[in-house]
Amino acid sequence: MNNTIKSNEQSPLYRFVLGLADDSVVLSHRLSEWCSNAPYLEEDIALSNIALDYVGRARMFYQYAAEVEGKGRSEDDLAYLRSEREFTNLLIHELPKGDFGFTMVRQFLLDAFYNLYLTQLVDSKDETIAAIAAKAIKETRYHLKRSEPWIRQLSEGTEESRSRIVRALEELKDFVGEMFLMEEWETSLVEQGIAIDRAALQPDWDRYIQGFLGESGIEFGDAQLQIRGGRNGIHTEHLGHMLSEMQYLQRTHPGMEW
Amino acid sequence: MTMSDAAIYKGSHQVIPTVNPVYAQRRKFRVDGEHQVLWNLLDSVYDPELPGLTIWDLGVLQDVRKQDDTCIVVITPTYSGCPAVDTMKQDIISALNDAGYQQVKVEVALAPAWGTDMISPAGKQQLSSLHIAPPQEDDQPNCPVCGSSNTTVLSQFGSTACKALHQCRDCFEAFDYFKRI
Ligand SMILES: [Zn+2]
Repeated sequence: MNNTIKSNEQSPLYRFVLGLADDSVVLSHRLSEWCSNAPYLEEDIALSNIALDYVGRARMFYQYAAEVEGKGRSEDDLAYLRSEREFTNLLIHELPKGDFGFTMVRQFLLDAFYNLYLTQLVDSKDETIAAIAAKAIKETRYHLKRSEPWIRQLSEGTEESRSRIVRALEELKDFVGEMFLMEEWETSLVEQGIAIDRAALQPDWDRYIQGFLGESGIEFGDAQLQIRGGRNGIHTEHLGHMLSEMQYLQRTHPGMEW
Repeated sequence: MTMSDAAIYKGSHQVIPTVNPVYAQRRKFRVDGEHQVLWNLLDSVYDPELPGLTIWDLGVLQDVRKQDDTCIVVITPTYSGCPAVDTMKQDIISALNDAGYQQVKVEVALAPAWGTDMISPAGKQQLSSLHIAPPQEDDQPNCPVCGSSNTTVLSQFGSTACKALHQCRDCFEAFDYFKRI
């Protein structure tokens, strides 16, 4: 496989769909790390099921990305045989799972984001993207219904649980900005009615998050930094480690099937 | 839509619909379909994780077509990561092969997105008999064992992505609830 495909040779649609696939598979892997490690059985099952929703979403986007690319690569090739620099997920998805509070805060921030994002993506002029979004939004609404009470409970629980929520927000706030930064190829797709202007979602997202946390007396301060780079293959130190685990089986035994 | 499964009568004029429009539309599509033999054969294919619930009742089976000698069966997965899809595909192919149809293709469609409104009334009944509470408008299921409405949620996910775990406060039975999406 060619590991040095230059991004400027790739079509905007391919890059767009691939980015969405990478977001989903990376988050799915982080969630699946809770399997057999969650605080109790029901949570273990819940996080694993949410991971499953995201891996399903990743598969649909990868299958479509492979089709758009038209070079005979499969969904598995894209997920398991690309290197770190070829992954284009937004950085927030790849951060280590942390403690349960961190995982739930990230999930809450993302659920709120996807709730706004997918609600618009269902109207994409690209039929496949619209269909995937229509499936995914149903799952995301449910995820948000689950993360809201968790954030409420942990924020208003013990001093310990509250401090962990506050700490997680602090750790995540510099990674939030990237969710609303558009790439130029994405902007060209917005003009064609295929992609969504993520930047335009930020005011609603801010209002919702600040409102929700505010009810528990927690302030979500403005970011000092906007750490970005994910969509261009520039990652935190964490993704490489994660991929070495996620891709281990296919790299060691190419073509392996269950 | 036939009256028998679409509505029950209350008094002399008032009709209370018991079938949602989404299922009614599915049913009409099937009844009007050209390949009744194939539709009926596929009633022998069950969800691998929900005994007695056919892929039709579950709302997964969407269309049956023929192209020359090939039967094309269109299904839509329940949840995007549902691991039962591959087994269903195999079972569909076997069911039609066994009936003498050698060329079978199963297409997995993304649209229309599956929803619990696609489940048939018989499917909901079957869920109840498995002690799985069927999807409810308000997400407040009654206990499938004793019928009590005094129930509480234990976990938003149960044994599979499509279910949540609830408990009855009267008989204390923990039960699966088929989430409404
Ligand atoms: Zn009961």
